[in-house]
Amino acid sequence: MTNQKGRFGIHGGQYIPETLMNAVIELEQAYEHYKNDPDFQRELSDLLANYAGRPSLLYYAEKLTNTLGGAKIYLKREDLNHTGSHKINNVLGQALLAKKMGKTRLIAETGAGQHGVATATAAALLGMECVVFMGEEDTKRQALNVYRMKLLGSKVVPVTSGTATLKDAVSEAMREWTSRIDDTHYCLGSVMGPHPFPTIVRDFQAVISKEAREQILEYEGRLPDAVIACVGGGSNAIGSFYNFINDKDVRLIGCEAAGRGIDTFETAATVNTGRLGIFHGMKSYFCQDEYGQIAPVYSISAGLDYPGIGPEHAHLHDIGRAEYVPVTDDEAVDAFEFLSRTEGIIPAIESAHAVAHAMKIAPEMGKDKIIIVTISGRGDKDCAAIARYRGEDIYE
Amino acid sequence: MSKIREAFAGGKAFIPFITCGDPDLETTGRIVREMAANGADLIELGIPFSDPTAEGPVIQGANIRALSGGVTTDRIFAFVEELRKDVSTPMVFMTYANVVYSYGAEKFISTCRRIGIDGIILPDLPFEEKDEFLPVCREYGVDLISLIAPTSADRIAMIAKEADGFIYIVSSLGVTGVRSKITTDISALVKVIRENTDIPCAVGFGISTPEQAAEMSRYADGVIVGSAIVRQIAEYGRDSAGPVGEYVRKMKAALK
Repeated sequence: MTNQKGRFGIHGGQYIPETLMNAVIELEQAYEHYKNDPDFQRELSDLLANYAGRPSLLYYAEKLTNTLGGAKIYLKREDLNHTGSHKINNVLGQALLAKKMGKTRLIAETGAGQHGVATATAAALLGMECVVFMGEEDTKRQALNVYRMKLLGSKVVPVTSGTATLKDAVSEAMREWTSRIDDTHYCLGSVMGPHPFPTIVRDFQAVISKEAREQILEYEGRLPDAVIACVGGGSNAIGSFYNFINDKDVRLIGCEAAGRGIDTFETAATVNTGRLGIFHGMKSYFCQDEYGQIAPVYSISAGLDYPGIGPEHAHLHDIGRAEYVPVTDDEAVDAFEFLSRTEGIIPAIESAHAVAHAMKIAPEMGKDKIIIVTISGRGDKDCAAIARYRGEDIYE
Repeated sequence: MSKIREAFAGGKAFIPFITCGDPDLETTGRIVREMAANGADLIELGIPFSDPTAEGPVIQGANIRALSGGVTTDRIFAFVEELRKDVSTPMVFMTYANVVYSYGAEKFISTCRRIGIDGIILPDLPFEEKDEFLPVCREYGVDLISLIAPTSADRIAMIAKEADGFIYIVSSLGVTGVRSKITTDISALVKVIRENTDIPCAVGFGISTPEQAAEMSRYADGVIVGSAIVRQIAEYGRDSAGPVGEYVRKMKAALK
């Protein structure tokens, strides 16, 4: 009989080496215990409010709205969180949980470096050791974040295997976890990997839509017509969608990184170009060849440059509850610049994928419609890379 | 008796591993024949995967060399079919769940049966997920091998009771790779396994020397060696068959 634990429809599961099974079972038991523990919740709420700066603003982007001439656009400002992205929501939860479990060391993977910085930050705050695995390619395009992690007292291990990007950083973090489990918690940064990670990370990120739903009801007296977020593994997107899933009239739109286009091989748009597979602990959609070899994906955004998608997103796609649309590098860079000039907000290049899609659909929607776009992170880290994309060399 | 049980029937078994297509299938064929001629009791054939998360750097390197040489699952099936004309040693595939899943479980496993593959080892398929492939494996008489790790603890009995073929005991924490010392109490693991099943168990991960093999065979029914062999293939390339054959002969002798 198949164990249905940790399944979202047919997706999810626990496809990991036997060596890690007791570790994920222990994690699941600890999480089940602490998620209903008032002391744990009080401590976490306190950290989120007084350290991370929650609740984050739901900002009415009036100038953007008027410029596009269609639906009213609100921005959920996760970029204003401490450390500059939504990643801190999950990391504070997991780090606190790990500490309760008696772990003294955190390991993490990172793509753009946002999750690595958040993990390094929590480790510094809670007095834990921290090692971050980052594809060597990404350490180059996100040099500033590498320095931030080191400044925060973490060790950064450049990963040279495979394509030297996010998927290889995940593989290396998993390898490291199998070699050292007793004192180490793998602080996974997205809604992916083996059960219970997709559930734990989603629960910690669901604060985004919990706040956004209350805020929009307060400001507009009604729910939005669409919620838009970028999707790599999908943690800010599931966080943005979660409390709207039962509101059937709210369109949920995930923006995948199409790189140079979904008709090229240089893409990371998993739902649009991938197929069902088993990798990194889960069954879901993956970019892969006919023999199941994982594809070397590409996106300008190091944070979305991943060949898979979280199992809950795969399920929301299957049942038609959420739509997943491709956004190219060019469109994202245009949006990055457009939002900067229009609203004075520099979004992360990841978040710019969501902005780009809002720019496409808002003008076609009536002025009485409402869109919420999640700005998952701030774009300072991307300035050098975008300058290069535009043919300008700057020194950080 | 299944062919895998036969591999353990003549005393302690020596089980060498090789990645198919590293550096090419012709070389793999020569090496497998040398392994068989020098006393290998069961041969583990790796089907390369782009992202082998249970492997250390040595076998990761073999996977990359094999894939960049253009090897595919279909080419490996054709290769094994040819090999089976003159090699009768029991053989199992070692690969990752996605390689089987993406090919189609039934198509993959029925092909194994047809070309003479006796079992499959999938390091990313734990007990909880084995039903993904187990019913098809049992239907076609291809043993789905169970792994037991140093961290398995209270899970050993559950896994052992339902195991087919042989049990693969992971000697150490971490990924595959040569280790100077194995600190896990293998005899304690085997004791719990024995209370729950009578199928053979073999120890792998980290073993490279005849002394380590002799030590492990005091507790287990067989010894698996991967990285130490793959390292020789990385060194000697297309001329590996001789040195690997000699190595297999020495390791097998240490088990007698």
